[in-house]
Amino acid sequence: MRTKTITGRRVRGPGMALAVSSLIILAACGGGDSDDSAGGPPTKLGENESKVSILAWPGYVEDGSNDPKVDWVTPFEKETGCEVTSKAYGTSDEAFNLAKTGDYDVIAASGDLTARMVASKEAVEVNTDLIPNYEKVYDFLKDQEWNTFDGKHYGVPHGYGANLLMYNADEVKPAPTSWKAVFEDASKYKGKVTAYDSPIYIADAALYLMKHQPDLGIENPYALDEKQFAAAVDILKEQRKNIGEYWADYLKEISAFETGDLVIGTTWQVIVNSIDTKKANVKAILPEEGATGWSDTWMISSKAKSPNCAYAWLNYIDSPKANAAATEYFGEAPNSEEACDFAADKSFCDTYKAGDEEFASQLWYWRTPVEKCLDGRTDVKCVDYAEWTKAWTEIKG
Amino acid sequence: MSQGDVARAAVPPPGVTSARRLSSLLSARPRLRLSLLLSAPLTWLVLIYVVALAALLVTAFWSVDSFTGELNRSFTLENIREITTESLYRTVTIRTLTVALVVTVVDVAIALPIAFYMAKIASRRMQRILLIAVLTPLWASYLVKAFAWRSVLSDVGILEWSTSRLGLESPGYGLVAVVMTQAYIWLPYVILPIFAGLERVPDSLLDAAGDLGASAWQTLRTVVFPMLVPAIIAGSIFSFSLTLGDYITVNIVGGANQMLGNLVYTNVGAANNLPLAAAVALIPVLIMIGYLSVVRRTGALDNL
Repeated sequence: MRTKTITGRRVRGPGMALAVSSLIILAACGGGDSDDSAGGPPTKLGENESKVSILAWPGYVEDGSNDPKVDWVTPFEKETGCEVTSKAYGTSDEAFNLAKTGDYDVIAASGDLTARMVASKEAVEVNTDLIPNYEKVYDFLKDQEWNTFDGKHYGVPHGYGANLLMYNADEVKPAPTSWKAVFEDASKYKGKVTAYDSPIYIADAALYLMKHQPDLGIENPYALDEKQFAAAVDILKEQRKNIGEYWADYLKEISAFETGDLVIGTTWQVIVNSIDTKKANVKAILPEEGATGWSDTWMISSKAKSPNCAYAWLNYIDSPKANAAATEYFGEAPNSEEACDFAADKSFCDTYKAGDEEFASQLWYWRTPVEKCLDGRTDVKCVDYAEWTKAWTEIKG
Repeated sequence: MSQGDVARAAVPPPGVTSARRLSSLLSARPRLRLSLLLSAPLTWLVLIYVVALAALLVTAFWSVDSFTGELNRSFTLENIREITTESLYRTVTIRTLTVALVVTVVDVAIALPIAFYMAKIASRRMQRILLIAVLTPLWASYLVKAFAWRSVLSDVGILEWSTSRLGLESPGYGLVAVVMTQAYIWLPYVILPIFAGLERVPDSLLDAAGDLGASAWQTLRTVVFPMLVPAIIAGSIFSFSLTLGDYITVNIVGGANQMLGNLVYTNVGAANNLPLAAAVALIPVLIMIGYLSVVRRTGALDNL
C-alpha cells in the first residue's frame, strides 16, 4: 500500500512539473475570468491543481502517518491528483490566527469560528452545486446559521456531536437526568466534579438557567446580556467550589474517570467510548435540558491558491465513505445517512445518534458570542467572546 | 664599533601596517578594547533577551479587537489598569508567590542535609555516586515526572494507599500537590549550588570550631551557615523563578487551580489576547527583578 503510493508519487514527478507549467499558462490566460467571478462563487470547476493545504481539528485529515490503518487522504490524492498537506489546531482561536496567514486552502471550522471567518472575509461563498455529495447530507445540517450567512453557503457540513453528561454509575446515585447534578447538586460530589475548560462552557450554564430560571429570559445560550451573563457566571463560581479539575485534554478526563478522581461532568461521546468500563462504570446521557454541542463546517479560504482542489476535497470529505472514516475516527455523528453503511463499527450511527433529529434539535451548537445578540434582540447589547474569556479566568479564580 | 651595535642601531622602526595601528590604538584605549570584545555576546543578549522583553513591555500597552482578533497598536493603559485593579490577578499573584516560596523553603530544607552529607561526610566514592543520583532525575522529561506525580497523588495512587494505612489522607490534586511536584522537580537545581558552596568551606574551620569547644549545632549555625547563605540564595533563585513561571505542573496535578502562567497561557491560546497576556507576564518579571536586586547585595550571584 505504502510502496505503491511512493512509486505513484515518483511517476507523478515529471507530470506534476508539466501540470504546474500548464497551470501557469492557464493562470495567465484566465486572469480575466477570476475578475468576473469575484462577486460570487464559481459556476464551473477547472482542472485540479497539484496540491491542497488543509487546516483542521486533529483527527480530521489522516494520511496514515499517525496510524497506518487510518488513512483517507491517500485515496483522495490518487483520485484527484491533489497532494494534501495539513495542519491540526487546538482551539478555534488558534485556527483563526492560522487561517489569516492565507497558507490554507481549506479550513474545518466549528460554529464558534465560522461567523468570524465570514465577517473578516477569510472564507468565501461555496457553490454547493459543484459538490455532488452535498445532496446526501442530512437536511437538518444544511442552511444553518453557522454555515449559511445571508442565504449564502459558506461551506459544507462535516459532522456533529454533543457535550454530554457523564457519570460513574457506581458512585453517582440516583442516576442523574438533569444538569442540576453538576450545578445545584454538585456539592454531593465535591472535589470529583469536572467541566470543560473553555470560555464556551459558560453556555452550558446559560442553557441550564434557560430551563430553570425562565424569568431571566434567556432565549439562546450564546446570546446573553449583562444580567443573564452575570447569572451564568454566578452559578459557575458556585460550581467551582466543587470542581476537582477542569479538562481540555480529553486524555486527562479519561484517566481521571478511570482512577475515580472524577465521577461526574461534561464529556464527549468519544471519551465515553474510550473509558475502560472495567475500571469505571461510566454512563453518559443527554440531560433533559438538552446540551451544547458542535457542528463543523468545511470552508474554503478567500486566499486559496488551489480552489479546484479545495472543491475536490469538500466533495471527497462529504462522500459517505470518507465522512464515515473521519467522523468515526474522531467520535462524532457523520453528516449523512449513507455514511452509516461505511462505518467499521455497525453500531456507529446508533452510538452517536446520527440522523436522530430529535436528539439534534436538543443541541445548541457552539457559536461565537458577539455584541449583536444572536437571538435577534436589538434593544440590548450582548456580552462578546472577549468578555466570556475574561469571565472564565475569573470563575476559575 | 662592533657589528652588533650597528645592527642594533640600524633596526628599522616597525612598518606602520593597519593591523599594527589598530593594535596600538586598542592598547592605548582599554575601554574600546573591552567594548569590541563584548559586542558580539552583547548583540546576542540584546537581540534575544532585551528586545524580547521590550516587545513584551510594548505589547502590554496595546489592545486587541475582540471579534476580528486584530491587534490594535495604539497606546492604552487598559491592560495595566485591569491587572492592577481586578482582584483575580491579585489572588492569582499571591497564590503563585506563596507556592513559589513554599517550594523554595521545602527544597532548601531537603537540600541542606543532603548537600552537607555529600560535601563533608561521604567518602569520595560515595560523593560521586550521590552526585550522579542527584543529577539522574534531570535526564527524564519534565512531563514524565509531572505525570508520575499525577498517578502517585491519584485517589487510587500509591500515596493514598500508603497514607491510608497510617490513618492519614493523601492531599489529592491541588496546591499541596503542586508544591510537592515542583519541589521534587527543582530539587537538583537547589542541591547543586549548596553542595558547591559547602565544598568551598574548608574542613579546617570545622575542626577549629570543634577544638574551641563548639557543639556540632553551634558550628553549623555560627560557622557553616553564614558562609553558605550566598549558595542557598543562588539555589533559591532557581526553585523560586522556575516555579513562578510554571503552568504545566499546575495543569496536571493542581486540580482546578490557576497560577500566573495559566493566565498567560489562556490569554495567548483561548482568548487570543496577546496584550493582556503580555501585561500578566510582566508580573513575574517584576517580582524577579525585585528579588534579584535584593539578592545581588548578598553576593549570591557570584555562586551561579
